[in-house]
Amino acid sequence: MMRRDTIHAWLLLLPALVLLVAFTHWPAVATVIDSLYATPQGSRPPPFVGLDNYDGLIADPVFWQALRNNAVYAVVTIPISVVLALVMALAVNHALPGRAALRMAYFLPTMLPMIAVANIWLFFYTPDYGLFDRIVGLFGGGRHNWLGDPATALPAMMLVAVWKEAGFFMIFYLAALQTMPTDLKEAAALEGSSWWNYFRRVTLPLLMPTSLFVLVNAVINAFRVIDHVVVMTRGGPDNATTLLLFYIYETGFRFWDTGSAAAATVVLLAILGALAAFQFGVLGRRIHYR
Amino acid sequence: MMVVGRRPWGLWLETAGAWLLGIMWLLPLLYALWAAFHPAFYATRFDLRAPLTFANFKTAWQAAPFARYLLNTTLLVSLILVAQFVLCTLAAFAFARLVFPGRDLVFALVLLQLMIMPDVLLVENYRILAQLHLVDTIVAIALPYLGSAFGIFLLRQTFLTVPQPLDDAARLEGCSLLGRLWRVYVPLARPTYIAYGLVAVSYHWNNFLWPLVITNSVTTRPLTVGLAVFASTDQGIDWSIITAATLMTSAPLLIAFLLFQRQFVQSFMRAGIR
Repeated sequence: MMRRDTIHAWLLLLPALVLLVAFTHWPAVATVIDSLYATPQGSRPPPFVGLDNYDGLIADPVFWQALRNNAVYAVVTIPISVVLALVMALAVNHALPGRAALRMAYFLPTMLPMIAVANIWLFFYTPDYGLFDRIVGLFGGGRHNWLGDPATALPAMMLVAVWKEAGFFMIFYLAALQTMPTDLKEAAALEGSSWWNYFRRVTLPLLMPTSLFVLVNAVINAFRVIDHVVVMTRGGPDNATTLLLFYIYETGFRFWDTGSAAAATVVLLAILGALAAFQFGVLGRRIHYR
Repeated sequence: MMVVGRRPWGLWLETAGAWLLGIMWLLPLLYALWAAFHPAFYATRFDLRAPLTFANFKTAWQAAPFARYLLNTTLLVSLILVAQFVLCTLAAFAFARLVFPGRDLVFALVLLQLMIMPDVLLVENYRILAQLHLVDTIVAIALPYLGSAFGIFLLRQTFLTVPQPLDDAARLEGCSLLGRLWRVYVPLARPTYIAYGLVAVSYHWNNFLWPLVITNSVTTRPLTVGLAVFASTDQGIDWSIITAATLMTSAPLLIAFLLFQRQFVQSFMRAGIR
């Protein structure tokens, strides 16, 4: 006979587990299976095609561009928003004049829907009228179509992402800074340690677990959030702002090519899995937890 | 607060830098406010004598069924919040205080969802909901998010901090398993529920891609999707009206945030401490 605890535990877990498995674990497995079959047409069961869908992806230059764009997007936005978040947190952790207002200014973009943010920045980037062109104009720059030029479209999207995310990550650094022991600071002050030295030797190492948490979230968001792409550029111009999930969205819901979309999703899952393993395996081991 | 090795001019420099960054961060919002509260003629002309107006909000409100969208979002967020609270509480309690074979494995499987969120699996989830004949319903928007690994994890951590003697005392008094959960654990975890609730509300109020995919009619669309549809249909480039609509859809959450700023910030902090 099973112990009573075991029966109770499974009964308590059942509702949540059923939903988790139905909409996360099963779809993840089904994606892998579907990626080996052709896109269903009509009511006939789709034929098994092996790795054909993957061959199709490899042959599609837009897929490669989406991968490249997403890599650039992640490599640029993640460090910038994490460092900015730390700077913001350090700033509002002191008794600066107007600290509460500053904290609000940094955090406000986090509370806005990305789609609202996209609309506002769309206006911001409008050639001639937009504030961006006005500011550049003050410094002698000319008219520029920021989102219409393949060279500036992706950087423009990255700026939006940094603006939206930095304040969100700041909160976690701020939380960590506020629980930091003050006796260390007093000891360092007695020894005449410089601010930079103290920051590098004490603050930064103590912030490592927070940094790992922030980093994990930043990586997930770099691959998950494409609302601004849908609204601002639809992946253009000339696929310059197509990110991986946007490619999947277009393939799956505009061209209804679910076989290829499944294969691309498998690639995305593999990337997320590899990054997770790296973050927890390599970085996680080097971090001192208090 | 004491500051190590800091000279006075350093503080001034830091203040100036922090405020420069703060103004940069506020600029897009101030710009949107300016455009929304002035006639279209002044949208890009900054003149302090420009007349203030609510006309843009009125036009936007009448041009699309925003009242319906607001109702849809409210229903969606309430549904998700109630379901997540109940399901995550039950599961978190099992993980925190019951001993059963396979617990660690199942917990690890649950945590997988922190990395692989439902948003990424939209093609497959759409197919599943189509098979269930649920496409274009509010329930379909909510379903993939109801079992939340984040909520389970957060509540489990909180339940683990509840002193075991309290639990034992309730048990001696003849309290059942669910009775103990309800009378001992849930009241003690109140701050976590508030924190989790605020994070969940702002996440799902602002969620866009999955609702965009799974809905296609006025009666199911949440505000975010409604706003995107409104802004992309031929409004021309009347930025005043689009920014008014944009601010309108974000307003409930923004106003709540400004009123309960401390609580919001502390909630996000609490949700992040692991």
